[in-house]
Amino acid sequence: MLFFVVETVIKTIVVFGVFLLFCAYLTLAERKILGHIQVRIGPNRVGPWGLLQPIADGLKALFKEEVVPERSDKVLFIIAPMISVSMALCLMAVIPFGDHITLFGKKINLVIANSEIGLLYLFAFASLADYGVVIGGWSSYNKYGLLGGLRAAAQMISYEIALGLSCVGVIMISGSLNLVDIVKAQAGGHWNVIYQPIAFIFYIICALAEINRTPFDMPEAESELACGYNIEYSSMKFSLFFIGEYAHLMIVAAVATTLFLGGWHGPYLPSVVWFLIKTFLIVFFFMWQRGTFPRLRYDRIMMLGWKVLLPLTLANIFVTGLVMVLAR
Amino acid sequence: MAEVRYLTVNMGPQHPATHGVLRLILKLDGETIVGVDPVIGHLHRGVEKLGEVKTYHQNIVFTDRLDYTASMVNNLGYVGAVEKLLGIEVPKRAQYIRVIVAELQRLAAHLLWLATHALDIGAMTVLFYAFREREEVLNILEQLAGARLTFSYMRIGGVAKDLPDNFIQLTKDFLKKFPARIDEYETLLTENIIWLNRTKNVGILTKEDAINYGVSGPVLRGSGIKWDTRKAKPYSSYEEFDFEIPTGTVGDVYDRYLVRLQEMRQSCRIIEQGINNLPEGKIIADEARITYPEKDRVKTDIEALIRQFKLASEGFIPPPGEVFHSVEAPKGELGFYIVSDGSNKPYRLRIRTPSFVNLGAISKMVIGHLVADVIAIIGSIDIVLGEIDR
Amino acid sequence: MLRPYFAIMFLMLISILFAVVTVALSHLLGPKKTTKVKSDPYECGVTTIGPTWERIPIKFYIIAMLFLVFDVEAVFIYPWAVIFKRLSLFGFIEMMIFIIVLFLGLIYVWKKGALKWE
Repeated sequence: MLFFVVETVIKTIVVFGVFLLFCAYLTLAERKILGHIQVRIGPNRVGPWGLLQPIADGLKALFKEEVVPERSDKVLFIIAPMISVSMALCLMAVIPFGDHITLFGKKINLVIANSEIGLLYLFAFASLADYGVVIGGWSSYNKYGLLGGLRAAAQMISYEIALGLSCVGVIMISGSLNLVDIVKAQAGGHWNVIYQPIAFIFYIICALAEINRTPFDMPEAESELACGYNIEYSSMKFSLFFIGEYAHLMIVAAVATTLFLGGWHGPYLPSVVWFLIKTFLIVFFFMWQRGTFPRLRYDRIMMLGWKVLLPLTLANIFVTGLVMVLAR
Repeated sequence: MAEVRYLTVNMGPQHPATHGVLRLILKLDGETIVGVDPVIGHLHRGVEKLGEVKTYHQNIVFTDRLDYTASMVNNLGYVGAVEKLLGIEVPKRAQYIRVIVAELQRLAAHLLWLATHALDIGAMTVLFYAFREREEVLNILEQLAGARLTFSYMRIGGVAKDLPDNFIQLTKDFLKKFPARIDEYETLLTENIIWLNRTKNVGILTKEDAINYGVSGPVLRGSGIKWDTRKAKPYSSYEEFDFEIPTGTVGDVYDRYLVRLQEMRQSCRIIEQGINNLPEGKIIADEARITYPEKDRVKTDIEALIRQFKLASEGFIPPPGEVFHSVEAPKGELGFYIVSDGSNKPYRLRIRTPSFVNLGAISKMVIGHLVADVIAIIGSIDIVLGEIDR
Repeated sequence: MLRPYFAIMFLMLISILFAVVTVALSHLLGPKKTTKVKSDPYECGVTTIGPTWERIPIKFYIIAMLFLVFDVEAVFIYPWAVIFKRLSLFGFIEMMIFIIVLFLGLIYVWKKGALKWE
C-alpha cells in the first residue's frame, strides 16, 4: 500500500512536470512551425533558437499587472482560468503513455490512473474545461468576451456529441472504456485506424473544433472579436487560458494516438518514444493546418457539427455494428 | 407585441480588422446584424483645408498621406489636376514612368489588401506571402524615390528623377517571378472550400446599388460594371497601353477578390509594356515659371538658382478657373477638384476619395449577415482611413 | 478498485494548486496601478453602449437543450458499445431502433429550423 502511494505520488508529479514543460514548449514549437510555413523564422532571440522563449514568456506573465474589470463578476473572473487550466491538466490522468518499466524489481505501469472508465472520464473533464472559457467570457462584462464565451459554449457542446460518437466504433471493437485495454487490443499492428478510418477523420475534425483551433477558432477569432473570451484577461490569468488550451491540444492528440494509432505500440524504440512520436505528429498536423486554412464562419461550424458530423457518426456506428454482426 | 432588444456593439476604432480607426456601431440580434452605423473622423487631419494655405508644389506631400498605401497614384492624381489647370504638356517619357510607377504602386496596394483581407478571414499565411512580394515592389520604388511609403515622386510637369540604372532590370526580374506568386495565392485561396464558404454570396452589391451608391474601383467592377478611369478617361498615355478590365458577375466578396487578383495580372502587363516601349527624352516639362530646374544647374547657374528659389518660396500662379481630374487609384476613382483664384495657392482643394464613397455602401452589404461577414466585407471594400477622413 | 481514483484525486490537487499558486504569485509580484479607465471593459477603445448582460438569444438555449438530448443518447450508447460483442444481433437491432428514433428527432428539429443560424 505504501509503495503504491509513493509510486503514484512520484509518478504523478514527474508526469505533471514533464507535461507542463511540453505545453510550454508547444507554444514555441507552434511559433517556429508557423514561422517556417510563413517564410519567416519565428522566435530566435531568447536563448539559442529561441529555446528559452517559453520561460521568458512565463516570467513576463508573472510580473505583469493583473487587471480585474470593475464591473466584472470578480470571483468568477478569477476562477475561470483556474478551472480551464486545472481541468485540462487533469485530463492526462488516464492516458497510457507507455507500456511499463521495471524499477527496483517492481513493475510500474506508465499511466497515472488505470481507470476502467477512462474514456468517460476524459469526456467529462474535457467538458469541465469548457466551463472556464464560458465563465471567463461571461464574467468579464465585455460584449466581445460574452459573444466569444457564448460561441465557445455552443460550439464545444455541439462538437462534443460528435466527438463522443466518433469514438464508439473503437469501443465496440475493443469492448472496453479503459484506455490501457484499448491500447493493448491494438497490439501487433491492429491499429483501430485501419478498421475505423472514417471515425478517425471525424475524430480529428471534432477535436479541432473542441479545442478551438483553426478553422474552428471562432471563440477567439482575433479579427472579429478582438480575441473573444479572454479579451479582458491579463498577466498569469491570461497565460493560464493558454496553458489550458495547449494542454487540451496535447491531450486530444494523445487520445487520438491511444484510440486510433495503436498508442505506445511500435517496433524497436521504447514505448514512450513511440507514443510521443505519434502524438507530436498529430500536434504537428494541427499546427500545419493552422498555417493553411482560413477560418470557417460560425453558422457553418454549427451546421457542420449538427447536420453533417452528427448523422455521419451515427451512420458510422450503424455500419460498424452491421459489419461486426455479419462477420460473426 | 414582443419587445425586441438588440445588443449594441462597437467595432472599432481600436479593432484589429477595421483597417485603421474606423468605428462601426453594430446592432446585433444574436450574431446577425440588424443595423450598422459607421463613425468616421478619428484620423481627420484637414488635408483639404491645408491645401488652401500651401502652394501647389507643397500640396504634393499631403497627397501622399491620403491613401498611404498608394501614394504614387495620389501624387499622380493631384499633379494631373494641376497640369490640367495650367494646360501644360508632360513629356512622353515622364508619362510612361508615371504609368509604370503607378502600376507598381497598384501591385503593392493590392498585395497589402490581399494580405489583410486574408488575415481577417483567418488565412494567416497569405499575409506573409503577400508581404514578401510587396517588399520587393517597395524595394524597387525605394531605388527610385528614396522612400518606401510616402514617395512624393511626382512633380508638376513630370517626375522628380529619372529612373535609376538598375530599375529596369529589377522590375523585369520581379515581373518574371510575380505571376507565379499570384498563382501561389490562388492555390491557397481561390478554390479553398472554406474561403469560398466565407466569401461567396456574402456582401452582395447589385449593379443598380453599385451605381446608385456611386462606388468605384474593384467594388464597382466586382458588381459587373466595366468602368475604369484608365479606359474611360485616359490620362498619362494610358490609351497607348493594352490591358483588360476584369469584372465580376454577382458582386459579392469573392468577385471583388477575383477582380483584384486579375487586376494584379493586368498591372504586370501594363508595366511590361511601359518598360519595353519607354521613350527617351526629358522627364519634366521645361516651363520656366512652373517646373523646377535640374539640380546640378542650380549650383552653377544663377538664373536656375533664382528660378528654384522663386518656385520653392512663392510657387507659381496658375490662371483663375476650376478643374477636376480623376485617376484610377487601387481603391477606385480618385478625383481632385481645384479652384484657382489666380493666387499661388488653391482657393479650394476638394478630394473625391474612393474609400469614402465605397464605405457608404456598407450598410447595403452588411445588414442580415453575421459579425464575421462584416470583417470580410470591410476587407473586400478595401478601405484606408487616411483617405476617408482626409 | 479505488486505486485509480486516488491518483486522479492527487493529480487534480496538484493541478488546482498549480493554478491557484501561479495566479496568487502574479498577484503578489505584479504592479498594481488601477485606474478608472484601465478597469473599464475594453470595447475597441470607446465606452460601451447599453448593458452587456442582456438576454441571450434563444438559439443558444435550443442548442443547449439539443445537446442534453443527444449527449444522453451518447451516454446510453457507450455501455452498449462496451458489451456489443456479447449482445449479438438482437442487441444491435435494439440499439439501432433507439438511434433511429433519435435520428428522426434530429430530422424533426432540423426541419423545424432550430439548427438555422441566420
